[in-house]
Parts: sequence; structure tokens; C-alpha cells
Amino acid sequence: MLDILQKLGHRGLSRLAAFGRAGQILVQSLVARPQPLVMLPLVMRQIYFVGVLSLVIIVVSGAFIGMVLGLQGYTILVDYGSEQAVGQMVALSLVRELAPVVAALLFAGRAGSALTAEIGLMKATEQLASLEMIGVDPLRRIIAPRLWAGFISMPLLAVIFAVVGVWGGSLVAVDWLGIYEGSFWANMQQSVDFQDDVMNGIIKAVCFGIVVTWIAVFEGYDCIPTSEGISQATTRTVVYSSLAVLGLDFILTAVMFGEL
Amino acid sequence: MKPENDCIIDIRDLTFYRGTRAIFDRVNIRVPRGKVTAIMGPSGTGKTTLLKLIGGQLHPEQGQILLDGMDIPSLGRRELFEARERMGMLFQSGALFTDMSVFENVAFPLRVHTDLPDDMVRDIVLMKLQAVGLRGARDLMPSELSGGMARRVALARAIALDPDIVMYDEPFTGQDPIAMGVLVNLIRRLNQALGHTSIIVSHDIKETLGIADYIYLLSDARVIAQGTPEELANVESEQVRQFMQGLPDGPVPFHFRAPDLVQDLLEGH
Repeated sequence: MLDILQKLGHRGLSRLAAFGRAGQILVQSLVARPQPLVMLPLVMRQIYFVGVLSLVIIVVSGAFIGMVLGLQGYTILVDYGSEQAVGQMVALSLVRELAPVVAALLFAGRAGSALTAEIGLMKATEQLASLEMIGVDPLRRIIAPRLWAGFISMPLLAVIFAVVGVWGGSLVAVDWLGIYEGSFWANMQQSVDFQDDVMNGIIKAVCFGIVVTWIAVFEGYDCIPTSEGISQATTRTVVYSSLAVLGLDFILTAVMFGEL
Repeated sequence: MKPENDCIIDIRDLTFYRGTRAIFDRVNIRVPRGKVTAIMGPSGTGKTTLLKLIGGQLHPEQGQILLDGMDIPSLGRRELFEARERMGMLFQSGALFTDMSVFENVAFPLRVHTDLPDDMVRDIVLMKLQAVGLRGARDLMPSELSGGMARRVALARAIALDPDIVMYDEPFTGQDPIAMGVLVNLIRRLNQALGHTSIIVSHDIKETLGIADYIYLLSDARVIAQGTPEELANVESEQVRQFMQGLPDGPVPFHFRAPDLVQDLLEGH
């Protein structure tokens, strides 16, 4: 019994210490004298790697999810003679929930895991140590641009996901199932509020972007620099990020829409 | 030669633990300025750890590491990064930046620490690459280099800012005889030509003895012998002789700690 308690305590303490280290890395990376001339090209390069290269998976998934929503919405609403409300259903589902959440899950799988593996490999091949010895802070040079790139890319990817999803929904509902185009878009326009729905969705995407990128770079920077260590860290990034996104989504939804 | 005349690095009472295991127990090492100092010893004695301690990448439990009187472990983050500009380090793996060409790798320290115009950076990089014989490889990527070439590029990068100290972590490990000969020559020649201080961590006895001015031999968390290569060759200690002559058994046993063989075998039945 005491052994179990001791193990639990030890595990709890090590998790707490890891959380402290993660906070330290975040602060040391981001809080520093601004050097826009140095930082901008590095951030742009990382936006290409984490954002632009994630576009294909985001666009394809967004289109399919929009199409499925259109199809499912139609089959349910047609029983009540409300199939004209498909546009509203597709848009609200995407903007409020699915775009930020699914985009964040895909972002964690595509970009987050790549960030962890890249940073972990840089650690294993002593590139981070050699940066330190050259007199360059790896937190500023390697971690900070990746953090900013994730923070910027993720909300943009969520917006693209939502736009493509709405297009996918209209493709199925209007072009295939024959719902009147005017009511599809008019219902959507009437029911989707910019402040309550679009902005809240973007706020969610910003929060998810911060959490996923933070977890990804921390796991890479803190990993055991062996092939096994990097593989475990990459797995942890995807698992922790996904759980954090889903948990955080509930909290944010409760705050935004649950009248808490 | 006595190292205490003019030393650039003075390590006093250094104590460092990994978990409960003492890697260094009140170790004193003085590195003479402008000379080649070798830190030798069997694997696992903390030679690379010592370089990391000098570079401020690790913090000792106790003791001082003085770089020209400045205590490295007590420096703040910014002062430490400034102090590191005076050091160059050749990592065992080379540690080249894999997303940059050979030229960009060598130019990197110059670009981040100086405001030199591009044409001057180019001249310096080409001179450093010429010094290591790889001017023609400037456009190659690290993945296109052999192990020996990668280490020479890393050496060119380590000396790009003309540091006061260059630290070599196992520079000869895993090199073919030609690459090893090239590296031995380079380290000696660069040390003389550029006038910096070299610290070599190695267990390649023949190569290191050939270029070192002064040697510290580490074992069991302490310095077991020190002196010039000639002095070390004549040390009577069995432990020193075992290492210097590469004897498979002696004070450092061939077998890892284990119970009696017969008893161990019988236990299985």
C-alpha cells in the first residue's frame, strides 16, 4: 500500500516538475528583447512547415466533414420538413465546434508530431548543444519561432477548415440533394453570429494552437535523446495534445455557450 | 612544462554527481594557455561531462571553473552565452545543422555574432574551410558528407570566431586511419597557427600523446595522473600503466561486478 502511495506521489511530483519545466521553456522562449529582423524569417519558414504543409490534410478533411454534415443534416431534417436549415446546421457545427477541434487534432497529428520529432532529433544529434556552445540560445533560435508559427498557423487552419467544410456541405446539400440555394445561404447568414459564433470559434482555435504547439515543442525539447525517447515523446505529443484539446473544448464551450 | 604558470582554465575542487554516483570528486585541473591539453581516461569517467561543465551546460555540485578568473557556474544566462563566444567546441557527432549547407554551417556563428558584410563573411568562411581542406565542399549538405568530412566542417565552424579555447570531444572516435591522421595534423597545426588553447577529450592514446603538451588522466572520479606525455609514460602506477598500454585486465577489471560464475550457473538448475 505504502509502495503504491510512494509511486503515485513520485509520479505526481515528476509530472508537476515537467509542468514547471514546460512553463519555464514557454516564458524563456517568448519573453525576450524583440528582434524582428532575426525572428521574422525564422517564423515565416516555420509557418511554411507547420502551416502550409498542413493545408492538404486540413482542406481534404474539411471538405469531407462538411459533406458528411450536409448529408447527415439533410437525412435528419427532411423528416421534419426542415431541410432548408441544413446550411445553418452545417455552419454552426463547423464554426463553433468541428473546425477548431478537428483542425487542432489534425494539427497535433501532422505538425505537432513533426515538431517533437524534429526538436528531439536536434537534441539527439547535439545540434541544440552546439547552438548553446556557439553562444546562441536554442530557446530563442529554435523553440520561439516554432511556437509563434504554431500560434499563428492553427487559427488560420481552423478558419480554412470551416470555409472548406461549408463549401463541402453546400456541394452535397445544394448541388446533389437539391436544396434551394437561396435558403441554404440565407438561413446560414441569419443564424451565424459573427461575435458569438465565429469569434468564439476563433478564440477556441487560438487556445488549441497555443496548447498543441506548447506540448509539441516541450516534448521535443525535454525528450530523452535516443531513438526510443524520441518515439515516446512523439506519441506523448499526439496523445496529450488530443486530450488537452478535447478537455479544453468542453471548458471553453461551457464558458462561451453554457451560460457559466 | 608546468601548467600553473599561465592557465586559461582553472578548475578547483570540482564535484559533480549523476544521481548518487560521483563523476568528479574534488578534482583540480589547470589548462595552460596556448597549449594542447588532453583529458584522458577509460569510457564513463566523465570526460565529456567535464567539457559540458566547462561550457556551462552542466552545473557542478561544488567547486569553481574559472575561465580567466570568471567562474562559469555562477554566471547568469546572458553572461554565460557571452563567455561561450570565447569557446569553440567540436562535438563527437559533429553536430552540424542538418538544414544548412557546409558554407552556411561555418558562416552561422559569424552571422549571429558579428555585423560583418556578406562578402567578408564569405572570405572568412572560405579561409576556414581551406584550413580544413574542404573549400570545395562548401555547397554540400551535411547528409552528403562522410564522418571525417563532417568533423572537419564542424572544426571549421568551431574556429569561425577565432575562439580562445577549442574543446574537442573524442575527435578521433570512429574515424578511418586517413581521416584520423588528417584530424591529428589539423588540431596541432590550427593550435599553432591560431594560437588558441586546445582541450582534447579522448581515449585514443597514440594519437592524443602525439599532439598533447600536457595530459590529465581521469579515473574513479579523480585525477589519477598528470604530466607531459613523457612523464606519463614513466608513471609506475598499475592503473595508469593499464590504461596507457591498453591492457585488458588490471585495476580496471575486464568483468563487470557479478556473483561467482559457478554459483551463477548452478542457480539456473
